[in-house]
Amino acid sequence: MHAILLYVSPWDFSPTVALICAAAALAYTRGLRALGAQGRPQGFWQPFAFFLGLALDYAVLQTYYDYLSQHMFWVHRLQHLVLHHLAPVLLVLAAPGPVIAAGLPASWRVRGRELLGRAPFAGLARVVQLLFRIVQNPLIAPLLFVGLIFFWLIPAVHFGAMLDIDRYRAMNWGMAVDGILFWWLMLAPRRAQGQAAVGYPTRILIVCLMALPQILLGAYIALHSTVLFDVYGICGRAWNLAPLTDQELGGLLTWIPAAMMSGVAMLVILRRLLIEEGEKGPGPARLRPLTD
Amino acid sequence: MITLRRGALALAFLALALPACAPREPHFALQSVSGLLPRLQFQLTDDNGRAVTADDYRGKLVLLYFGYTQCPDACPTTLTMLASVMHRLGPQAANVRVLFVTVDPQRDTSAVLKRYVAFFGPQFVGLRGDDSALTTLTKRYRIAYHREPPDHNGYYAVDHSSAIFIFDTAGRPRLLAQEGDSAQTIAQDLQRLTAS
Repeated sequence: MHAILLYVSPWDFSPTVALICAAAALAYTRGLRALGAQGRPQGFWQPFAFFLGLALDYAVLQTYYDYLSQHMFWVHRLQHLVLHHLAPVLLVLAAPGPVIAAGLPASWRVRGRELLGRAPFAGLARVVQLLFRIVQNPLIAPLLFVGLIFFWLIPAVHFGAMLDIDRYRAMNWGMAVDGILFWWLMLAPRRAQGQAAVGYPTRILIVCLMALPQILLGAYIALHSTVLFDVYGICGRAWNLAPLTDQELGGLLTWIPAAMMSGVAMLVILRRLLIEEGEKGPGPARLRPLTD
Repeated sequence: MITLRRGALALAFLALALPACAPREPHFALQSVSGLLPRLQFQLTDDNGRAVTADDYRGKLVLLYFGYTQCPDACPTTLTMLASVMHRLGPQAANVRVLFVTVDPQRDTSAVLKRYVAFFGPQFVGLRGDDSALTTLTKRYRIAYHREPPDHNGYYAVDHSSAIFIFDTAGRPRLLAQEGDSAQTIAQDLQRLTAS
């Protein structure tokens, strides 16, 4: 019993993470019920993707897994794969926005709209919108996505993040938030994105191009013959594992599954492209059956 | 929008320029950890069986190291090296304390610790605590330790960190020594730290 408690209780309790996850799960569940009552059930897969994505984020941040990520390089790389690639893709594919909105009490929605129309919230909202537009720029977003991976893997920066708990938290927060922003830009349907929408062919180009630096970085780490990240040796590994094996596994995780996510993303984007083309109906470019 | 961007640029520039204006640290050969780790703080029992806290060592340079007395290689090597550092410091060594925190409090009683650290010199202090006190301290300095399963004689090894955390007389974390740093390097940096 004691052992189970140790594994599921947070290593470094964050009220913010706990609150956000609990609030999201609660609002989403309420939304599912409300929409179901209105005769708009959400099916199985989207709620499944939402809860799985949320649970993965929570698990890697708020259980004993977090301790292991601080003391084993490859576990840390897997943590970032979840925070930056896997969980955000699931959350974006679940498209939980409308369900969560439906789950909020009606009075909150009205109050929220009122507050946003007033100072200082109106100004704040404009600043947030501006920042959002900047990070959702089709050139900046992939640079930021890949740049964050490279930045935290600069050995000196990585060393600081593994000693200073504030930097460590900032690193993980950055990964989780950037993951959602980036994959939203790549995978959400165009009509859900409004003004900031990026064309599907452009998105395919972006996800292909961004796989390359990740492959190179992962391969560099995996095949490096000396230890690049000495902080794990200095602070102690979670269990006995040869430093170079640890590094090799970490490099492989940065290399292969991360690049595979680009492939998955490409398939999703292609599917969106085909569906939306189909919705446009028979256009002039379509082949007409021969009549004579 | 343009003014905002400019503002952001100016802020970024300031953030880069500010550290350059801060008072310059003397140049250390060891890894600096100023600002990365929290101040020295703990509640443990020393090798005389007395309850001690970090405050009891204010005014001394503190070297914090984790290990256990039955450690076959890393601990005796490191502690011997630190004994050589004390030797090099001469009379200045009176201003230094090496706190050896056991990661194996079950076998390392106060009496065992006292006998063990006495072998390395008068500046060495053995400290122990129960698992929760130990976890509080290892968590604070982001250290891992791990007890291996016992062999048929009941002997077990404990994997632990190799870091030596160095704190100034006010308990602020300053430097980190690691495997491969020589006694001479550490002694010189301790002298620089005393002078600064």
